[in-house]
Amino acid sequence: MRTFLGFLSGLVFGLGLVVSGMANPAKVLNFLDLAGSWDPSLAFVMGGATVTAYIGYRLVWRRTAPAMGGGFELPTSTRIDRPLVVGAALFGVGWGIGGFCPGPAWTALPLLAPGTLVFLPMLLLGLWLGAHGKSLSILNPKGAF
Amino acid sequence: MGPITPTEFTPWLSLGGGILIGLSAVMVMALFGRIAGIAGITNGVLGAIVPMGAAPQDRDWRLAFILGMIAAPLAVLLAGGTVQQSVPNNLPGMAIAGLLVGLGTGLGSGCTSGHGVCGMARLSRRSFVAVGTFMAAAIVTVFVLRHVAGGF
Repeated sequence: MRTFLGFLSGLVFGLGLVVSGMANPAKVLNFLDLAGSWDPSLAFVMGGATVTAYIGYRLVWRRTAPAMGGGFELPTSTRIDRPLVVGAALFGVGWGIGGFCPGPAWTALPLLAPGTLVFLPMLLLGLWLGAHGKSLSILNPKGAF
Repeated sequence: MGPITPTEFTPWLSLGGGILIGLSAVMVMALFGRIAGIAGITNGVLGAIVPMGAAPQDRDWRLAFILGMIAAPLAVLLAGGTVQQSVPNNLPGMAIAGLLVGLGTGLGSGCTSGHGVCGMARLSRRSFVAVGTFMAAAIVTVFVLRHVAGGF
């Protein structure tokens, strides 16, 4: 049941990415190109998704626990630290080069474009490096901005 | 990167798709009590193969979630729809992009969904800073590549 519901949630997410155009790197890059072929569509994606989640989360949090058991586990940190800002900046540069963030890269996989097949393994390698790089001294969370 | 592919402004489809993404985030919270951040979900699945530090325990639904995302375009095609997708074909560029996106979301603990959709919906201060930072970095990157470097 957990697996089926996990699959269903992912399917809805993926359909949202495909229908909205977010799964198309050309549309993402045009959204980011304010000075050129600007396509504002993705502002509607972010707006629709965030408002839906804002309302839905508040309805869900009225319950005492998630349906599949356990508790609600939310990030508790409020620190604006170096890994957060440096990481977000690196992510932004990569997003601006390729037009893919992690979700759309997964939905693109079955269409087997060469760019996707290069991007995805490097994404996994980067995630692995990032998970270990958080503890590097230059990115020590003590060095808060 | 490469030639610029024009795209059409699609406010209604984009809004509808965005609402689906938001619904999925609400499903993940209602069912599993977690943030639907794709970088984090991928991290959790990756932890089954290589050590990822503090790897989360519940990998079953995360792996299924990713399979669901992969199935989505196939479902659209099976239903007779079309999937518009134009992926840059500059392969060294895509390799660098993939590495930066992975490294950045790994270090920054979130991506467009984790910080963008879920984090802003929670009114998280960290997420607002992350979204402002990655949007600015991405806009500057596209500007430099398209209008300064001239279509790298």
